[in-house]
Amino acid sequence: MVYDKRVDGRKFDECRPMEAKVGVVEKAGGSAMFKIGKTVAVAAVYGPRELYPAAFQNLKRGVLRCNYNMMAFSGSGNRVRPGPSRRSKEISLVTEKALFPVLDLSAYPGSVVDVFIELIQTDAGTRCAGITAAAMALADAGIPMRDLVSSVAVGRVGGKIVLDLNKEEEDYEGESTDIATAFSSRTGEVTLLQMDGEVKREELKKALELARAGCEKIRELQINALRGRYKG
Amino acid sequence: MGQMIISEKSIAVPGEVLAEGMDYLPGEHTFRDGERIIAMKVGVVGLFGRQVKLTPLSGPYIPKSGDIVIGEIVGVGIGGWRVNIGWHFEANLSVKDATSDFVPRGENLSRYFDYGDYVVCQIVNVGGAKVVDLGMKGPGLRKLGVGRIFRVPSSKVPRIIGKQGSMISMIKESTGCRISVGQNGIVWLGSDDPAKEIVAYKAISKIIDESHTSGLTEKIKGFLESSKNGL
Amino acid sequence: MGDIIKQHLLNTLSNGLRLDERKFEDFREIFVEYGISSKSAEGSARVKIGRTEVVAGVKLDVAEPYPDNPDEGTIIVNMELLPLSSPAFESGPPSIASIEMSRVVDRVIRESKSLDFKKLCIKKGEFMWTVLIDIYPINNDGNLFDAASLAAIAALKDARFPKLDKDNKVDYNEKTSKKLPLESEALACTVLKIGNYFIVDPSVDEESAADARLTVGVLENGTLCSLQKGEDVALSIDDIDKMVDIAIKKTKDLRRALK
Repeated sequence: MVYDKRVDGRKFDECRPMEAKVGVVEKAGGSAMFKIGKTVAVAAVYGPRELYPAAFQNLKRGVLRCNYNMMAFSGSGNRVRPGPSRRSKEISLVTEKALFPVLDLSAYPGSVVDVFIELIQTDAGTRCAGITAAAMALADAGIPMRDLVSSVAVGRVGGKIVLDLNKEEEDYEGESTDIATAFSSRTGEVTLLQMDGEVKREELKKALELARAGCEKIRELQINALRGRYKG
Repeated sequence: MGQMIISEKSIAVPGEVLAEGMDYLPGEHTFRDGERIIAMKVGVVGLFGRQVKLTPLSGPYIPKSGDIVIGEIVGVGIGGWRVNIGWHFEANLSVKDATSDFVPRGENLSRYFDYGDYVVCQIVNVGGAKVVDLGMKGPGLRKLGVGRIFRVPSSKVPRIIGKQGSMISMIKESTGCRISVGQNGIVWLGSDDPAKEIVAYKAISKIIDESHTSGLTEKIKGFLESSKNGL
Repeated sequence: MGDIIKQHLLNTLSNGLRLDERKFEDFREIFVEYGISSKSAEGSARVKIGRTEVVAGVKLDVAEPYPDNPDEGTIIVNMELLPLSSPAFESGPPSIASIEMSRVVDRVIRESKSLDFKKLCIKKGEFMWTVLIDIYPINNDGNLFDAASLAAIAALKDARFPKLDKDNKVDYNEKTSKKLPLESEALACTVLKIGNYFIVDPSVDEESAADARLTVGVLENGTLCSLQKGEDVALSIDDIDKMVDIAIKKTKDLRRALK
């Protein structure tokens, strides 16, 4: 089945409508909300703070610890049983690897910087929304960063390379591949890359270029949200 | 040759290019990438000679030798106390750095400072990954009495204190409150008049919310005067 | 809580003031928003009380009824104190505080018979609706008990039954317009005793100075449907009487926000 019109009418290189806001959790050191289509992620940063047990402390620099969680009512079908799952633990890990390359934690040896990500509503692209929110939250917290990280999924749906899949596209019957990416947009370097499905070798580069362009747009929103906190 | 890409007094965000050209030098909270100076925090851009600096609008307090800080006693030991100054390790206050009095060995130190007491100290040494030493021998360094204690972002402390203490003095004079501000972002307010104490608290909250705007001194002055008239 | 901080708080209270200038029985601004996760949840809501923010979601599922109540459905209430919402909450298995909160909010709804369980029966002995309520704080600035129970009721009001297929399996992609059988709206109101003073809607600082806490479940007609005493200091019967009166009175503020 040829996919020549997207289910929601978007262009193949168009993201869903997005919204970003910073400073949404007042008790946290930094926080942000990122919404893309119907996927809503909130991220909050605490730290640098003491890391237990001491055996895990790195005496040369602070340690980054990410925790991704879906609220029980945020899935698309049944209630999601609360608590960490293998999936959420893996996402927590790749989130940490996506953010760490831009951070400079050398001023906080022995500490931990905790990033908590919660999904309030989901419609695919959840780990990407979480990373995008987390990057803003880290900047909002004043953690030194060489760049923001922006994250979006690309994929292959019905033979077409598309940007920012929604759940319907992820579940597309013909055939669907989804590729989660994250970029340090200033340098254009990739910090997250995961693929679930098949893609032709020659399509990969095109998909990654499409993702990078998408991330540049997301970065603009992140920058405006961070600056927007101090308007007026 | 070179040019500022983001003008002074504007707000920059991590990863943004602040200036281009080898003429410029990377100051605090920025770094050089090739010919460009890049921001590492959300902050206000400043140019000092050739140095491009950022004044961050948020960020954890990092202990520096010489800083005056306010901390909570969280441990009473044999040779001294452990103090929480908001760093991810507890700071040490040894007996010999705390007082010139003779304190016999084995004396119960909670007689001097007990759990939950708040003290104004100076950081005398920052060493290694886990060491912050405090001292209390010096003017103004003391145990604090009953008062209102709250946290402010340490990045805003310079604005709260003001040039040569002008801002904090203005609040003290107008409200009659005693105020101690630690570089680590802990503030202590003492007053016999709870209503005036709330005015001082609100004035400080206002500084925090509007620290990045201009004309702040005038705004706070106006607020203090109208509060006085209201009382 | 440190002595000098508590002493200062008592001094302030003795002047009839709270640290944020509220009167003892003043609530902060209460705000309710419905349908904040409508794509995923069958019902959802966000509640703000001052800067405390809580979200709640309702999921509905079909299961076999319990043998001793074959013609009834059931609810399960779960509250998790997310480390996202406070520097004091840690990751890991549910803390005793979150378990207490879950169970108290559960009892407020269950014992008030706010939800008519008989109307949750699909087919006696075979199929019942299970109403699953999950509550999460987003920012903890105190008084999570009241915010949680308000968010739970708001999410229940927002909820609509999903469609059932011919085998009585849920089709989550289609909602009906049928509301849940919510017969009444039980809400929790918490009163704190600090020294000799009773205060309502405590901030996080006031909570850490609390000598005793009484959370009262109240129905629209003023009937009490749940009680929970917390913290370390004992209360006299007279104290309890006074605190319950305050709770009944102040629940009206929470109820107004539900409209």
